[in-house]
Parts: sequence; structure tokens; C-alpha cells
Amino acid sequence: MRAWSILVQRDLLMAWRRSSDIFSVVMFFILAVVLFPLGVGPELDTLRKIAPGIIWVAALLAAMLSLDQLFQSDADDGSLDLLLLAPIPLETIVIAKCCAHWMVTGLPLILVAPILGILLNLPLSGLAVMILTLVISTPTISLLGSVGAALTIGARRGGVLVALLILPLLTPILIMSANAVDLALVGLNYTPLIALLGAFFLICLVICPFVAAAALRLAAE
Amino acid sequence: MINLHRYANPNQFMRLSSPLVPVAGLLTCLLFPIGLYLALFVSPPDYEQRETVRIMYVHVPAAWMALLSYTLMAVFSAVALIWRHPLANVMARSVAPIGASFTLICLITGSLWGQPTWGTWWVWDARLTSVLILFFLFVGYLVLYGAFDDVAKGARAAGLIAIVGFIFVPIIKFSVDLLDLRTLHQGASVSKLSSPAIHESMMWPLMVMAAAYLCYLITFLLLGVRTEIMAARVRAGQRMRAEKGIQRGNSE
Repeated sequence: MRAWSILVQRDLLMAWRRSSDIFSVVMFFILAVVLFPLGVGPELDTLRKIAPGIIWVAALLAAMLSLDQLFQSDADDGSLDLLLLAPIPLETIVIAKCCAHWMVTGLPLILVAPILGILLNLPLSGLAVMILTLVISTPTISLLGSVGAALTIGARRGGVLVALLILPLLTPILIMSANAVDLALVGLNYTPLIALLGAFFLICLVICPFVAAAALRLAAE
Repeated sequence: MINLHRYANPNQFMRLSSPLVPVAGLLTCLLFPIGLYLALFVSPPDYEQRETVRIMYVHVPAAWMALLSYTLMAVFSAVALIWRHPLANVMARSVAPIGASFTLICLITGSLWGQPTWGTWWVWDARLTSVLILFFLFVGYLVLYGAFDDVAKGARAAGLIAIVGFIFVPIIKFSVDLLDLRTLHQGASVSKLSSPAIHESMMWPLMVMAAAYLCYLITFLLLGVRTEIMAARVRAGQRMRAEKGIQRGNSE
């Protein structure tokens, strides 16, 4: 447990030192969402209908941007080799890195999303469910993203590659979250979808650390 | 448990597959004309769709083969990762473009079928979206395989993503099912557990076409692996010549 918190602190400290990284991810999120009304037209009814989808797609793309650096910077300066030799399980290390990544990427997105929802004319009921789906699913994005990041260490064009590999696997989150917000806007019961999102998170929590650890061991061979 | 490692030797594989390739190729060349004749001329027109139903004989086997290809790719990748079977990665890499082509054929023929029958080229219902995502999974595998300077590393990474994708495909299919409550695409008519809900005058051409597609898959899978083994031999020969050239240069 102590090792886990040390790892999280280390990642947070490194992210703090390179704070422009966090800032650029959030700015990309905002920019991507702002582009849609400019392209689709400012009619508020249209925007309200597509708002959940836009915010979720932009969140996914913004998360993809930050993922390729998850393990690459450690691989570059040799820390990855040290982590592989550490006495704690590699899976714990992966979860710690995912946790730090979520705090650095997912949390800012969650904090900024309500403002963007207002920009897209999303009413309060929809906003609340939007935040709920983001809170449950951004950790899943970090977990699945860690698998993609671990697989693409040392690959050419790693950033785009992570997106190419992981976005198809993230489509259930997108579908269920956008659907949940749509149901909430109409006043129907959205809790089954939230439960499914939670189940998806738990499945990823169990599978992804092991797959990412296997990929890290493969990358170090 | 069969000792698969007996077939790990590339020379052994070449010896075993060299009679298989012409047999499978011949079967493909026989089954396709028979299947197409049965499908286009012998089978009856649909009472609703009339002649356009004949696209089914190209579209449905392509869908079956696409799913089979992905399963084979995942199984070969698992064999490569667990037992370190040297040829399993090559086999997975050879299945991938064939599977991607079948998926693309399924999507395009389905689109062509949808226009006269549903009035639209595309609709975002469960089946179409899942097959589209399957296509992206194939493409992702191929891109990851070639993204590394060290081919062995690329093979291992791609193997992992094939297995992860295989685990997630049922989840994706299930969640996409939630998307559209009123699906446009027909449900499954041929099930292994019950008697098929399709008349035998349509089932036999379908089965013959499916067998033709399967022989095509086997032929090109074996050809792909044989080509890769031969290419590896050529690369090894080129490397040996280059080393000999360097040695001669050093001794002069």
C-alpha cells in the first residue's frame, strides 16, 4: 500500500512539473467541444440533442492524447526497467500509474465538463447524469488506455496507434454513457446503464492490469 | 494433448502444407462455381425481395468467415503467447488481412443489399455497428504488427491486442445491442441448436458458398504462411551474404 502511494505521488509530482501537459489536454477537450457548435450551427435544440455525444467523444479523444506518454517516458529514462525489477507486483504498479493518470487527466475533464454542457444547452438533469457517467467511466478509459500504452512502447507513431487500438474497445462506454444522458433528458430510468458502466469498469479493473503488465514484460524483452 | 511443437519446424510445415495448398485451392475453384450456380440460378427468388435475396449467398458466408477469422487470429495469438510456438504468430498475421477482407465484403455487400430492400445504404443498428468495429479491430492488429522495428516485438504486442479484442467483442456486441431497440437487420436464422429457420432450397446454396469461402480461407492462410517462411529464408540468406561480404572486406 505504501509502495502504491509512493508511485502515485511520483507520477503526480512529475505531472506537476510538466503542468503544461495537463493544461493542453484540457484545452484540447474544450476546443474540440467548441468546434461542434461552429460546425453544426448554433441552434440550441440541435445542440442539446447531440451534447452528450459531443462531450463524450471529445473526452475520449482528449484522453487518447495523454496516453502514449504513460509508459514511454519511463521507458526512455530507464525507470521502467527498475519498476520491472521492483519487489511489488507489476500489476500494482500499473494500477498506480492508471490512478495517477486519472487524477491528472480524468479529473480535470470531469471538472470542465459541466461548463461545456452549459455551452451546449444541456439542462441540469442531463448535466448531472453526464458528470456521473464521466466519473464512472474515465477510470475505465485510463485502465484500457494503459493496455494500449503498454503495447505501443517503442512503436512508431505511438500516440495515434494507442487511439486506433483502444477506441474500438471504448465504444461500449460511449454508447452507454450517451444513452444514459439521453434517457435522463427524457425522464426515463437510466440506472441500468449506470450499473452496466460500473460493471464495465470492474471488468477492466480486473483484466487490464494483468494485460498491461504482460505487455510491459514483453516490451522489456 | 497433441504435440503442436512437432509442427513448429518451418521445414516440417512447408512439407505438410505443400500437398494441402493445391487440394484446398482445387476445392475452392470447384465449390465457388457450383455455389454461385446454385445461388444465382437454382435457388428460388424470395417472395418479398425477389431476386435481390441472392446477395445473401455472398453476404452471409462472408460474415461467418469474418467471425471465424477473428476467432482463429485470437486462438493463434494465444498459442503463440502461451506456448511460444514460432509459427503461430505468422499464422495469426496471415489470417488478419483475409479476415479484414471478409469483413469489408460483408459490409459492402450488406450495404448494396440494404439499398433496394431497406431504402438506405447504412443504418446504425447492432449488427452493422459491431461488424464495423470488428473491421477496426482487424486493422488495429495489422497496424500494431508492423509498427515496430523489431518484428518479433510487433508480433507479440499484436498477439496481445488480438486476445484483448476477442475478450471485449461480446461486450461490444452486447452494448451495441442497447443502441437500437428496433433493429433493421434480420436475426439469426441458422442456429446449431435448433433446426434452421430457412428452407432447404436456400440452405444448400448457402452451405456450399460457406464451404467455398472456408476453402478460400484455408488456401490463402497456408499460402500466406508459406510465403512468410520463404521471405524469412530470403532475408536470412541476404544477411549471410552481407556478413560474408563484410568478412571478405575485413580480411582484404
